[in-house]
Amino acid sequence: MIEASALKPNTEPDTREDAQPATKLSCRNLWKIFGDEREVHDLVRKSGGVPDPAAIDRAGLSAGVRDASIDVREGEIFVIMGLSGSGKSTIIRCLSMLLQPTAGELFFEDRDLLACSRKELIELRRHKMGMVFQHFALLPHLSVLRNVAFPLEVQGVDRARSEEKAREMIALVGLESREEDFPDALSGGQQQRVGIARSLATEPELWFLDEPFSALDPLIRREMQDEFLRLQRVLHKSIVFITHDFDEAIRIADRIAIMNHGEIVQIGTPEDLVVRPADAYVEEFTRAVSRSKVLSARTLMESHDAAADHAGEIGASERVSEFAARVVEETRPFAVVDKHRRPIGQISREAVISVLAEG
Amino acid sequence: MSITATDSTSRHPAIRSTTLFWGAALAGLVVLFVVASQFPVLDDPRREFLLPFARWISDGMDFLVDDLSFGLFTFEDLTRAIAFVLSLPLLALTSLLASGWTLPFSEIEVAPLPWFAVVAAMVFMGWRIGGGKLAALMFASFAYLAIFDQWQSAMITLSSVLVAVPIGIVFGLGLGILAYKHSGSERVISPLLDLMQTVPVFAYLLPVLVLFGFGQVSAMIATIIYAMPPMVRVTIVALRSVPGDLLEFGDMAGCTARQMLWRIELPAARDSLMVGVNQVVMLSLNMVIIASMIGAGGLGRDVLTSLKRLAIGDALEAGVAITLLAIAIDRLSQAFANRARMKRPKRSQDRTRVPLSTPAGFVAILLIGALITALAPSLAIYPRALVLDTGPFWDELIRLINVHLYDTLDAIKAFLLIWVMIPLKRLLVEAPWMAVAAGVALIGWRLSGLRLAATLFAMAAFIAFTGNWEKAMISVYLCGTSVVIACLIGIPIGVWSAASARARGVISVVIDTLQTLPSFVYLIPVVMLFQVGDFSAMIAIVLYALAPAVRYTDHGLRQVPGETIEAATMAGCTPAQILWRVKLPLATPHIMLGVNQTIMMALSMLVITALVGTSDLGQEVYIALTRANVGMGIVAGLCVAFLAMTADRLIGAWAAERRRRLHLA
Repeated sequence: MIEASALKPNTEPDTREDAQPATKLSCRNLWKIFGDEREVHDLVRKSGGVPDPAAIDRAGLSAGVRDASIDVREGEIFVIMGLSGSGKSTIIRCLSMLLQPTAGELFFEDRDLLACSRKELIELRRHKMGMVFQHFALLPHLSVLRNVAFPLEVQGVDRARSEEKAREMIALVGLESREEDFPDALSGGQQQRVGIARSLATEPELWFLDEPFSALDPLIRREMQDEFLRLQRVLHKSIVFITHDFDEAIRIADRIAIMNHGEIVQIGTPEDLVVRPADAYVEEFTRAVSRSKVLSARTLMESHDAAADHAGEIGASERVSEFAARVVEETRPFAVVDKHRRPIGQISREAVISVLAEG
Repeated sequence: MSITATDSTSRHPAIRSTTLFWGAALAGLVVLFVVASQFPVLDDPRREFLLPFARWISDGMDFLVDDLSFGLFTFEDLTRAIAFVLSLPLLALTSLLASGWTLPFSEIEVAPLPWFAVVAAMVFMGWRIGGGKLAALMFASFAYLAIFDQWQSAMITLSSVLVAVPIGIVFGLGLGILAYKHSGSERVISPLLDLMQTVPVFAYLLPVLVLFGFGQVSAMIATIIYAMPPMVRVTIVALRSVPGDLLEFGDMAGCTARQMLWRIELPAARDSLMVGVNQVVMLSLNMVIIASMIGAGGLGRDVLTSLKRLAIGDALEAGVAITLLAIAIDRLSQAFANRARMKRPKRSQDRTRVPLSTPAGFVAILLIGALITALAPSLAIYPRALVLDTGPFWDELIRLINVHLYDTLDAIKAFLLIWVMIPLKRLLVEAPWMAVAAGVALIGWRLSGLRLAATLFAMAAFIAFTGNWEKAMISVYLCGTSVVIACLIGIPIGVWSAASARARGVISVVIDTLQTLPSFVYLIPVVMLFQVGDFSAMIAIVLYALAPAVRYTDHGLRQVPGETIEAATMAGCTPAQILWRVKLPLATPHIMLGVNQTIMMALSMLVITALVGTSDLGQEVYIALTRANVGMGIVAGLCVAFLAMTADRLIGAWAAERRRRLHLA
């Protein structure tokens, strides 16, 4: 596993990372091995907590997650992307403790989740975590309102207050007037809006989304992604988002982890992945991505020529697709400036055209 | 293509070795047949070789009843206490509905609820829950009870069903939840359920009779025991099939184990659970007649006594009353389940139309009725003058049929008896048990392995050494013929039903009705037309066991994937080819489950046909019941259960093998 940002130490820190936010959820060397409980236990004990892949194979067991280390920072959208069988569903279930990890460490803020009692875990989930499921997981016997109020009701919040909160959440996802409907009367997109409202009702700090839009039609999926980004701009949750769709990952992620065969192949910003894929597997995904949508001015710029006649300024974190039109119209280069408007480089028309030509 | 290629190369030697194997096996069995028939131990063990299982069981039972004590109280005290607790709600309901009661500390007699109030209340409930159609059904059913003078008996039956059903549901649900939550307890519960469903009902009437005595309460206990197993099973399956993501959601919402069960798992499973509830209702009503053998009054006793007197008309009227009661309660509970599922916002409009909740209205109608009868007691009872009696009509009809159709019916009967049934019976009865058991074990070994073979052989040996071999073979012959005939009729009907939507509409109504009929009711018309004997028994069994053959065939054919059929169509198959080459082969494992179910139904009907004079295991159980001989009844019951299990295991192994070969999941 390679931290892509580490490959280019001379780069100025990204504006986004200027003030490094606190880590919300963190796992180190996490393993999940499936198979007979006792065999798994023996294997881990023998290997001293660090299972050996060869030993796993020999025992006829299979590892869903292999040696994964992840830090989810406060307020970021952390996407875990992988194809089916890559272990992405397993890892989100380990991070949310729906599955007990076999080995490794798992911390929520500074609490050791693996050492939590069942009771503590229930408390944590009631107040700090929320989850959205691929197939919505709505309770068929409850109305939209009661579905959204459910997590509050199990905490013992009284009916009036939990319903008031639920109405607020339903309004947030744009489903006012459908409160009394039952899930089977809603379309897939609407059902997932209910799922989202329900997972937000307890105002969690950590928000798990397990392929939330995969079961939806492409058009609805796009609409829901926009809706999701809009919500996040308001809510600033720390998010773990699972998807098998690389385009979706690129669109919404602050950072992406790519998984293959249970291992995390690479973690980085969308741009990192496109510009510096760790291996052929990652590169395969990035091939079809329109580079102009991920490349930033910072990556594209050449060194600053103070003597040149600049046509204008471009922010270092602006994407090519955002400034291409301006640059292409001018023959003169544009200056690239950091957020204090200090020039740090320049971009020529030719450079932009070559990115656009690549697709 | 490659599959067919490898198949054709490997198949021929396989076929040859299989043929060789079965040829040798057949020869071996013939030799065994001849040799074994020389030795009584191997042919049919007589008195000197028998194992006294029946004696042991009877002694054990005597110990329970007479000697077992828990220090402060004896086992008998315990059963008495249970019976007493159960008798209270039963007494209350019977007084209310059928017999009336005396106010405490006074001489004032209170009449039971008047018939018109009960009819009106049921119609009201039907209307509120299921609309006009259900109200009409309620009216028809309950009015029938009054008009045909079945009211009193029907109310006694209804009260015992109304007590038995909730108890069966609660206990079934509880056991189901227990088995679902603790896999350890499931290992105990599951085989017990298997046994309870294969042992014929009569067999567990016996211990109940001995422990709780003869009467309405023990009849109710037997009913509960009989009606509960499907509820347990349905509960386990329903809870298991709650989608995994709902459970994950429950965890993420921070549900405790109890919240998970009551707020997520049970509500999410409620549709399936309603199937179990419905089963309990239907089985309780099915048990009505059988339970009357150990003291249930009401409609069941009416049918039973009429049947014994061969008073066909009376039996028919009471039988129809049970059926109508069953249909009414069944539809009512289904409508209730549907309504719970489809609660929609519209209900606010309903409320304004009728400013009265359903239970309140129901009670109000009954109270008004009670008030009216308090003022005018003569109204309480349906006027004698308006009673219809169809008995003479039926007796006359049967007389006419017998006069005019006797020759035809008798010819059919004689043909089947002489050419099919009697030869088969003789073959089976004369075959040494050793040869039959060896043959069955051999098939089991080929289909599954040594373990199955050993189990099958052991069960056969049990039957032989408890002295029931001949009776068991008569059972096999009777059931076997019936099952074959039921399949010959049922499977084509199933095929037809799967092929045409219109046919299916009609067929499913007929099959639903057939399954609502209590098993005893089948005996009535059969005895009317064919008198008592094996032939009548067979017809009754065929009628009773037909439904699963039809249903599973229909279902099996329908669940063949549409894409597969489209592929066959595009390959140019004619409809007949699609049926024979695609649908039927793919549906066979499913159809075989239907055959399996047909065999189970046939065996359970077998015992009931003892009433029309068969001489098989069913008769043995029935005789044991009339003599209150627990050991004899249980042993004969176990023999029936073993026959059922043999058929079940063989077909199960065959279907598994077949599925594996078809590469179906």
